[in-house]
Amino acid sequence: MNAALQSKAVPALQLEGIQKLYGTVKALDNISFDLRKGEFLTMLGPSGSGKTTSLRVIAGFVQPTAGRLLIDGRDMTDVPPQKRNIGMMFQDYALFPHMTALENVGYPLETRGVKRAEREKRGMEMLEIVGLAHCAKRYPREMSGGQQQRVALARALVFKPDIVLLDEPMAALDKKLRGQMQIEIMHITRQVGATVVSVTHDQEEALVMSDRIAIFKDGRLEQIGTPQELYQQPRSEFVADFIGEANLLRGKVRHTDDSVVVEGDGWIASVPKTDPRAQAATTANACVVLRPEQIHLVEGGADGGNRGEGVIEDKIYLGVEYRLVVRMNDGAKINVRSRDLAAIAGVNAGDRIRMAWSASDIVIIGA
Amino acid sequence: MDKLRRILFWIIVGATAIFLLVPTLIIVPMSFTTTAALEFPPVGFTLDWYAKVLGAPDWQAALVNSLMVAIATAIFATVIGTAAALALHAHEFRGKAIILGLLLSPMVTPLIVLAVGMYMVFAGWGLVATRLGLVFAHTVLAVPFVVVSVLASAKMMNQSLVPASLGLGASRWFTFRRVTLPLIMPGVLSGAVFAFITSWDEIVVSMFLADIQTRTVPIMIWQQVRTNLDPATAAVAAILIFISATGVVLSYKIREARS
Repeated sequence: MNAALQSKAVPALQLEGIQKLYGTVKALDNISFDLRKGEFLTMLGPSGSGKTTSLRVIAGFVQPTAGRLLIDGRDMTDVPPQKRNIGMMFQDYALFPHMTALENVGYPLETRGVKRAEREKRGMEMLEIVGLAHCAKRYPREMSGGQQQRVALARALVFKPDIVLLDEPMAALDKKLRGQMQIEIMHITRQVGATVVSVTHDQEEALVMSDRIAIFKDGRLEQIGTPQELYQQPRSEFVADFIGEANLLRGKVRHTDDSVVVEGDGWIASVPKTDPRAQAATTANACVVLRPEQIHLVEGGADGGNRGEGVIEDKIYLGVEYRLVVRMNDGAKINVRSRDLAAIAGVNAGDRIRMAWSASDIVIIGA
Repeated sequence: MDKLRRILFWIIVGATAIFLLVPTLIIVPMSFTTTAALEFPPVGFTLDWYAKVLGAPDWQAALVNSLMVAIATAIFATVIGTAAALALHAHEFRGKAIILGLLLSPMVTPLIVLAVGMYMVFAGWGLVATRLGLVFAHTVLAVPFVVVSVLASAKMMNQSLVPASLGLGASRWFTFRRVTLPLIMPGVLSGAVFAFITSWDEIVVSMFLADIQTRTVPIMIWQQVRTNLDPATAAVAAILIFISATGVVLSYKIREARS
């Protein structure tokens, strides 16, 4: 019943054809997506890709040139930030240095006219959720980076905002703390049922925290989907390369009776004609995406529609696995990761090897 | 070698300090002399001259004038200067450099030029020989100090605090009261102190604009010095120095306490 209700509900956030021009430069080009209530979306992309501008459009700090922004079905395009009921956690946290942790957390309630006693009660509850009840009376300068971040998160959540925005949430933390805080922020936001939009350029962070990921490139939304979708069915070379490690093999397309084949010098990849992935190969050339862990070493003469050969350039031991850098006949280099230590033991740099992969593991992208 | 360097250092520092301070401070012991004329070194010790000054109606009137004008100037200049500094800090616009230059120009314009100009303009507006005229004139002189000091404070502020406050539901005015003002307070207060002092010891412009009813303490001292040099003048000067010095120390204390 709950699920039925949710599926009918209005999206928590809708972007409809958002465009932002700076002079003639398109900072954002026709961005559209919906967000369900309680969903955690990460906008991922290199710097200058438009992810931060999109966040600022949602927050209301940047006015789009064209397009509409709806929160809970209401048009918010022209509403100033202070009237949007959005909680934002800034990259540098933007805690007020002259207020204690509790006063900081109570601030959004203060701006909404909540009385002091009620403010402190709800502020303390929120500080407990983020595990900082003992720091209530401390000033930001008396807290560690991780603690400051949790205060900022509590402040962004305490007034039950319609949307919570996280701007590069891990940027100010050292590497060790990041992994821990990623999981913690994910738990806390789920616990309070917040709808979250986060921005990062760190793909691992996006994979760990998100229900869905939106990949940005040059001001455009390249692809949006669950982490699995983006990893297993990237629709462009950019997405394939950005999410996880990918080998991109460029070849010519050939149609046979029952399959679609992409082949190059010394390698071949094919999928059945009926497979939806075959539809990407409408052009003369195509790109095959192969994940390093999906390539296997095979003995002797492998045939079949999914195989290749090359020369090992480097063999690198990584503890649980080996990484091989293989040079294909056309000079392209691919990475192979293998945990089949027995098979790897027999090969060394300089050896010519044969590889194979499963038809179900490959992705074809029209060039 | 190191020792020699240190000795040299202290000689230079000491000489500079003496050169800067002695002309100012020499007046203080002279105000305690028991003789009828100004004398150095002073003879004996008496507070009679302070009593005389504080009891004399013309000195009293001048002190009241000075205080009222200086306090009003500090208030006007602080409000105007703070608003201007925040606007200049928060926005990029055409002609920003020109506006900043104009705001700061009273700092570098020769006072006598300003004084003549203000006299001509204020005469037309009926502001000459009024306290309000003095306040307006001193405000023009004091605004640059507030602008400079508030701008410095605003630059130290984390630039995402204002957007953060707006994003958390605060209006612009609420944000100013609750976030911006507390954080730039050291700059505002020290700007106010300097605005007060600017008016408190101003004489050139005041000479043009004040009459016998509205004259301030520095004018009184100047007029006294020209007619009869009695130690009462030294007593007034000592009071003037004390209040100014208190102001400066106060503004440094504010800065220290807040940073």
